[in-house]
Amino acid sequence: MSTKHSSKPSRVPPKTVEIHIRRRANPDSPQYWEQFEIPYRPNLNIISCLMEIQKNPVNKSGNKTTPPVWHMNCLEQVCGICTMIINGRARQSCSALVDNLEQPIKLEPMSKFQNIRDLIVDRSPMFDHLKKVHAWVELDGTYNLGPGPRMSQQEVQERYAYSRCMTCGCCLEACPQYEGDNYIGPQAIAQVRLFNMHPSGKETREERLEGIMGENGITNCGNAQNCVKACPMGIPLTKAIYEENRETVLHGLLGWLKY
Amino acid sequence: MASNGMKIAIVGGGLAGLAAAMKIAEGGHAVDLFSVVPVKRSHSVCAQGGINGAVNTKGEGDSTWEHFDDTVYGGDFLADQPPAKLMCEMAPSIIYLFDRMGVPFSRTSEGLLDFRRFGGTKHHRTAFAGASTGQQLLYALDEQVRRYEVTGKVRKFEHWEMLSLILDDAQVCRGLIAMDLQTLELKAFPADAVIIATGGPGLIFGKSTNSMVCTGSAVSACYQQGAKYANGEFIQVHPTSIPGEDKLRLMSESARGEGGRVWVPRNPNDTRPPSQIPESERYYFLEEQYPAYGNLVPRDIATRAIFQICIEGRGINGENQVYLDLTHIPAETLDRKLGAILEIYEMFVGDDPRHVPMRIFPGVHYSMGGLWVDYNQRTNIPGLLAAGECDYSIHGANRLGANSLVSCVYGGFMAAPAAIEYAKNVERNGADSSKIYDQELKLQQEINEGLIKQSGNENQYVLHQEMGKWMTDNVTVVRYNDKLKETDNKLLELMDRYKRISINDSNLWATMALPHARHLANMLELARVITLGALNRNESRGAHYKPEFPNRDDENFLKTTIAEYSGEGPVFSYEPVDISLIKPRKRDYSKGKQAAAAAPKQGAPQFVSSGAEQKPANLSGPIVWGQDKEKVNNPLSNDATRREQGKSIDEAGGKTNN
Repeated sequence: MSTKHSSKPSRVPPKTVEIHIRRRANPDSPQYWEQFEIPYRPNLNIISCLMEIQKNPVNKSGNKTTPPVWHMNCLEQVCGICTMIINGRARQSCSALVDNLEQPIKLEPMSKFQNIRDLIVDRSPMFDHLKKVHAWVELDGTYNLGPGPRMSQQEVQERYAYSRCMTCGCCLEACPQYEGDNYIGPQAIAQVRLFNMHPSGKETREERLEGIMGENGITNCGNAQNCVKACPMGIPLTKAIYEENRETVLHGLLGWLKY
Repeated sequence: MASNGMKIAIVGGGLAGLAAAMKIAEGGHAVDLFSVVPVKRSHSVCAQGGINGAVNTKGEGDSTWEHFDDTVYGGDFLADQPPAKLMCEMAPSIIYLFDRMGVPFSRTSEGLLDFRRFGGTKHHRTAFAGASTGQQLLYALDEQVRRYEVTGKVRKFEHWEMLSLILDDAQVCRGLIAMDLQTLELKAFPADAVIIATGGPGLIFGKSTNSMVCTGSAVSACYQQGAKYANGEFIQVHPTSIPGEDKLRLMSESARGEGGRVWVPRNPNDTRPPSQIPESERYYFLEEQYPAYGNLVPRDIATRAIFQICIEGRGINGENQVYLDLTHIPAETLDRKLGAILEIYEMFVGDDPRHVPMRIFPGVHYSMGGLWVDYNQRTNIPGLLAAGECDYSIHGANRLGANSLVSCVYGGFMAAPAAIEYAKNVERNGADSSKIYDQELKLQQEINEGLIKQSGNENQYVLHQEMGKWMTDNVTVVRYNDKLKETDNKLLELMDRYKRISINDSNLWATMALPHARHLANMLELARVITLGALNRNESRGAHYKPEFPNRDDENFLKTTIAEYSGEGPVFSYEPVDISLIKPRKRDYSKGKQAAAAAPKQGAPQFVSSGAEQKPANLSGPIVWGQDKEKVNNPLSNDATRREQGKSIDEAGGKTNN
């Protein structure tokens, strides 16, 4: 559309897209950079570029190479799987549009998780965190027990914001404290918030609080507030950390008073 | 309860697979859950608009019968009616269950669940969580299954891909072979029953609204091992998607459900920006052609109308696009009800749909066809069940919006008790039968090794692209027999060229090339089923439209297409559709829906036929499913309503019983 107004500076479209990829053949081999160049087309995203390279894996010097590998699925920024570091920032590669990126475009795997090959990392620790904090409502059973508790639209909207977390890991990548899985992290803490706010979820809130207390727990937060800026879903992560910190302190205090 | 060492394998961790896993684990039985991606990243996450269930909270006289009638009518009477009816009866309680799990469904001012309108109905019947309902439902099931993972009832195999079933000499399913996508290690997983819940085959069409895992590969493997594939030719093309380089992104039907209007300039040469085109110079073609339902006609109808406008050169700027306009709705309302999908449009197109009409075009979206199953989700292979988009039941010739989520959960909830029942009674393999596992493992290893060794000048990704283009051009919205024949020839050519592909990755660790090559072979087989099924069906019904045969032909084609694999290609046969509850009538969305006439049927309850709004008394009682942890009380499983096809499975089951 020629009439489309845009805040981007108007510039002559480039003929090619130059992409530098930080690669690794397997977890035991060293990382290295490889450069690629593909023909420019309008509206390319990073996934389309990678697909183009995959089809015919030749690097910028014209040498045949192995095709870079990455993870992708929904391509609508809702599954979280295609997260990587693009020009220094962790984000989903499906929604990273070439027209909005500085060239050469630099693609790297996330650095806080084990690098499997090229742009693929193992984010299973994040799912383990969800187990640790009991991120679910403790249902009596899945048989028919009628509707759930009534809730105001306002409460629902507050919960909805936390419930959109797609476990992509951008928050952990941005967090200066998170290293070698030493901290339960904003993602899991926000899920504690999500379920501790729910009328039935509250029933087991203490189990969840136990999950974020102690070593590697919520107190490891250094209040850098990078997480909330890095979150592609705009989840109020720092608010969750604040609320849950308060809850754990109270819980700790009450627990201590009990004895 | 003691599970007696029983093991049920589930392939696919979307809504259907997780629903089944949750039910089986809750029953105390062990589940192995296989998924090519972490289950929380499954394609169900993409469903946007909502989930249907007739709760009648808006004083509109809605009922589960009305929902059932809309579903059958919307599906152009190709759906077997009893399971569709049961699904609609279950739907409200499915929604309530998700409500209890903590899904943040949108609320009314009284704090009750809110419902919106969707296509093919006149009722507010769709519960929604913003515009990311699929994501929210998937997460709820993911959470519940994680509970069972912690207790050890569920073992997850994520980044593992099923390659084939393990069948014994009597063609009974005894487990599956899966491949670790990192190491490419192959392993045999014995199981007493296998549930396939791997979703649709959108990638056969190259670009679609589907996620990249939706290859239909596992389903195709089952088909090639003897599972029947039904109604393959019924592919839903969603009217509103956002064309992209890598995929067609869905623009949910909820945009129209919330009042979105579809239009093009009356004058095709009008190049003014949309906001400067006055109301009188806009052609709201859906509203004019279908005054009763307007923008909320079913998807097949909206898709053909948009397609037709563009073929006539009346698309915006003569291109293949029309406006989907929300700009007359307050931005605050849009943010609350449709936020997530508007963000998607903004992110990928760059325009703000709150102020600029969206530009959309139809895109391949859903397969109504799939593995043939009986009313207990059992395929014709004993021990193999299917649930969700990968099975053919429920939707007939066209699926109504917001019926997919409910059918996935329904399928999972029906498959779980059926699998438990089967697994309890099946005779286990003797120790000497371990050779069937080794044999299948060896066979699959040989296929992989063959592909790795193979060299030639064909490129697997180019073949995939060609297949996608041919299928999209010829086997989607409008179908001509000569083109369908040409497409089948093309598919045969591609199958031949496939023998000369070379895997272009010398590093096999975590490679994408070998799995893709496996998918491609399987996709080509299914593509033929779809194409030839369409060629054979000389009528127009639901999503299947042939200008040469523009009318529905109940006399010759009110029947389910069944494809069975043979080395020479699919072998087709037909079976009758169970229309025992609602008599087929003409589908016409330019007028309000006619009263649903109940079909007379001996032995079955006679329903009052005077009006759809009149709910038969014997359907109004509480829903009986799922009160028992162990089994779902399935009113369809009595012999009176089961079809003949089901009987053959009983016989096969009986064989393994003794």
